[in-house]
Amino acid sequence: MKSTSRPHRFLLLGTLSLLLSACDGAAWNSPYPAADQGKNILYTAFTGRPKHLDPAQSYTEDEAAFTAQVYQPPLQYHYLKRPYTLIPFAATEVPKARHFDASGRPLPQDADPAAVAYSVYDIHIRPGIRYQPHPAFAADASGKPRYFDLSPAELKNIDTLADFEQRGSRELTAADYVYQIKRLAHPHLHSPIFGLMSQYIAGLKDYAATLEKADKAKTGPWLDLRGYPLEGAQAVDRYTYRVKVKGKYPQFQYWLAMPFFSPIPWEADRFYSQPGLAEKNISLDWYPVGTGPYMLTENDPNRRMVLERNPNFGGETYPTEGEPGDRAAGLLADAGKPLPFIDKVVFTLEKETIPYWNKFLQGYYDASGIGSDNFDQAVQISGGEARLTEDMERQGIQLRTSVATSDMYMGFNLLDPTVGGYTDKARKLRQAISIAVDFEEFVSIFANGRGIAAQGPIPPGIFGYREGANPYVYDWVDGKPRRKPIEAAKKLLAEAGYPDGRDAATGKPLLIYLDTTSTGLGSKSRVDWLQKQFQKIDVQLVVRATDWNRFQDKIRKGNAQLFFFGWNADYPDPENFLFLLYGPQSRAKGGGENSANYDSPEFNHLFERMKNMDNGPERQALIDRMVDILRQDAPWIFGYHPKDFVLAHAWTYNRKPNQMANNALKYQRLDPVVREKMRARWNRPVLWPLLLTLVLLGLAVVPAWQGYKRHEKATAK
Amino acid sequence: MTAYLLRRILYALPILLGVNVITFVLFFMVNTPDDMARMNLGVKHVTQEAIDKWKAERGYDKPLLYNASVSGAKALTDTVFFEKSVSMFAFDFGRADDGRDIAREIKTRMGPSLAIALPVFAVGLAVNISFALLMVFFRASYLDFAGVVLCVAMMSISGLFYIIAGQYLVSKLWHLVPISGFAGGLDAFKFLVLPVAIGVVSGIGAGARWYRTLFLEEMGKDYVRTARAKGLAETAVLFRHVLKNALIPILTGAVVVIPLLFMGSLITESFFGIPGLGSYTIDAINAQDFAVVRAMVFLGSLLYIVGLVLTDISYTLVDPRIRLE
Repeated sequence: MKSTSRPHRFLLLGTLSLLLSACDGAAWNSPYPAADQGKNILYTAFTGRPKHLDPAQSYTEDEAAFTAQVYQPPLQYHYLKRPYTLIPFAATEVPKARHFDASGRPLPQDADPAAVAYSVYDIHIRPGIRYQPHPAFAADASGKPRYFDLSPAELKNIDTLADFEQRGSRELTAADYVYQIKRLAHPHLHSPIFGLMSQYIAGLKDYAATLEKADKAKTGPWLDLRGYPLEGAQAVDRYTYRVKVKGKYPQFQYWLAMPFFSPIPWEADRFYSQPGLAEKNISLDWYPVGTGPYMLTENDPNRRMVLERNPNFGGETYPTEGEPGDRAAGLLADAGKPLPFIDKVVFTLEKETIPYWNKFLQGYYDASGIGSDNFDQAVQISGGEARLTEDMERQGIQLRTSVATSDMYMGFNLLDPTVGGYTDKARKLRQAISIAVDFEEFVSIFANGRGIAAQGPIPPGIFGYREGANPYVYDWVDGKPRRKPIEAAKKLLAEAGYPDGRDAATGKPLLIYLDTTSTGLGSKSRVDWLQKQFQKIDVQLVVRATDWNRFQDKIRKGNAQLFFFGWNADYPDPENFLFLLYGPQSRAKGGGENSANYDSPEFNHLFERMKNMDNGPERQALIDRMVDILRQDAPWIFGYHPKDFVLAHAWTYNRKPNQMANNALKYQRLDPVVREKMRARWNRPVLWPLLLTLVLLGLAVVPAWQGYKRHEKATAK
Repeated sequence: MTAYLLRRILYALPILLGVNVITFVLFFMVNTPDDMARMNLGVKHVTQEAIDKWKAERGYDKPLLYNASVSGAKALTDTVFFEKSVSMFAFDFGRADDGRDIAREIKTRMGPSLAIALPVFAVGLAVNISFALLMVFFRASYLDFAGVVLCVAMMSISGLFYIIAGQYLVSKLWHLVPISGFAGGLDAFKFLVLPVAIGVVSGIGAGARWYRTLFLEEMGKDYVRTARAKGLAETAVLFRHVLKNALIPILTGAVVVIPLLFMGSLITESFFGIPGLGSYTIDAINAQDFAVVRAMVFLGSLLYIVGLVLTDISYTLVDPRIRLE
């Protein structure tokens, strides 16, 4: 018998594979293996590969989607309560700072910040917390670490972390937190918060120099930080460590809720430092080691990343209290139940919005954001209220919205001779422009209504925010802010010395230069809109489009005049917004975050007082005054606070938008049985197009064959 | 042939060096090492000290092309350009700015890229040639005219349209295959059917028209008339004689792209979630990762040169009159 030829075998194999995949029980268009059907797995997507998963380096939200599930900093945000409240995570309680003067004498809590030389935080962690199973903890029969001295032969057979057969664990200790704080100063890690933290954590700046020297002098590949004590972070006992902060810095507590302050076991550092592992992408930056509810078991950032339940995690339960309305919304139905609820989370890379959106509609993603392309299909805005379209409601999809703790604003460069300065005329010019640029319209046109016009730099949900209007730009009418008429802007412009948009002294038209990185076709409409806003007050807007690097360079050197900027809060404290306008933070003068280079002595003085105060009426009064100064000086056109819209299927539970907590996966629950039913209903294969194609092909072949026959029989002409 | 190949390899060296210089100059015309450091360190809380340390660690703290602070050969060798280029010619691509090994990344991504590109290339070539021969067979008839009109229509449609329409019809409306995704082994089949089919269909218009032109040119030649005069069937004339004689221009276009198939397709991979090499360069340009950009440009140039050499060699295989001296 003749054996099947190679091409035939290949075709046979392919057909067989297609048939098998069609018959494996899953829908034909299911992107997941049939074996995972009905399992307690959450399916979600990521749009860009994370750059860093090492908690000393990772800073972006994309990265926090993974690191926040794996690591366990001492504190976290309450999932349900608003305003955002810190609660213990690995710690037994939220630590309170003890303040001391220069000679080490204790000071009361309300001591004058100027008298406080340093503050001490004693952080107690819960005993019994254990690390995820990891090869760094594996030991041989004699108790010696199994994988600390890998031979070239052993390395040859290792490609990923899963190739290490043995795993181990150990209890979390206070020394692990200290180890990580020391890593912030590691010479090769370039922690993004080292510069900031070295201003606060005692001895951290000098510690970096010490480590640099030690790194150069070391003989092996590993720099053991345990041998180099740091004044500002010390383990007091097995479950307590102490952080010494220069002066008074109440915001330090918020940093303790970020992965930067997660524990790192020295064993992991030692394990990953071995030569040959980094070449295989086996590093702490690729495979994190934590005590959190999940562990990263698959890291293929070009395709998918998988988190699985950490079998050693325990002791945390779903919150029993929340905001008014949470119980009615079903958000307290799981109160007191152990976390996490979901066994596995599969993140798939989706670079394009079309497949992402369609897979969500087919039930292959459990939740999704809404791109502007799909906005009209998902949401309709009526009377300012967003509600789902009928199609979405029919599918049982739920919409959750929340105002982001972010500012999107246009900044004036206060160093600029035209729009800058602190004279009455300069203020009036900026106020006039603030009135003319209608951000309500901007949000409506360019953000599908997803945002609220800002009345100041502090967004809702942050202490210090007050309902009300910016009286220099809005009138308060019928309990709502209403933008002042354009005549008011023209009047201010005339008082600023530019009647009808012309310089009263020279008669030349007033030109305002906007520096922007928006150069694509999509941004043209935005630029046109902006020019129209300026035309309303007869001012010409000249757009200087440039690339990101040149734009940043102009901002750093203080050469821009007007620019778009945004800010996402690091933590829910007004200090994290108001410092953007603090004089010593001037970007042009000191390389800080104050891109407008605003420098008001009164504002600076109030800021210095406010930043160290506890939340209360006194602090609120200072903030009110500061916001009023900003509204009058108008260094920013306050722009808007974006609104996040998230859609979720009916089989998902306990989803409440939380702008601060990135570790929210552990609270979520889903019903895989309902999901399977829905997926099967929504994804029945439609076979008639296949049959039709075959019939059409057949119909095309018949005349062609007849033509061929005719051609062959025809006589030569 | 050995001497010829040796000569081509020697010619390749200055070409690769030139490509390397151009890439370097173009990249650093728009990005300074400080910009690269800022991009990597993030936009918040970045200090000049951190930027300087980042540059020093990666060797970007030296002058770019000429080091005036030292004398002799060191003025050229103690530079960013020299240090980054030497390793490249030893095929040591180094690490990306995020610390990941570039060679390993290329190796990992190459497979999925080939999983789409090879079938699209092979099936596409077969379909295009067959369709073109069919049109030539029915030349000057309504079928030929309809074929040409169809080709013109198909080549006038953007590749992106085929992808979106294909995903919409086949995956979204008819639920026959997943919209996007990838898996290893046999499971890859259901993810690859649609992108491969779209790749083939979207290429028919331009490909078949081009081959039709080649075949028609051959059809007017004497040997075709002789073959017919011998009483050969039209199919035998087309497949046995015309196709063979038209192979040189076909090879010119086809063989040269074979090595470049490794580089993948940006749009297809992006829309179908294929973890290939297609987007690696673009992502690197956006991230201002010079190490990846220069490695990918170098690899692209090298593969193109390899493709040209392979084309020359293939000529000798299909036309015995050609000798590579």
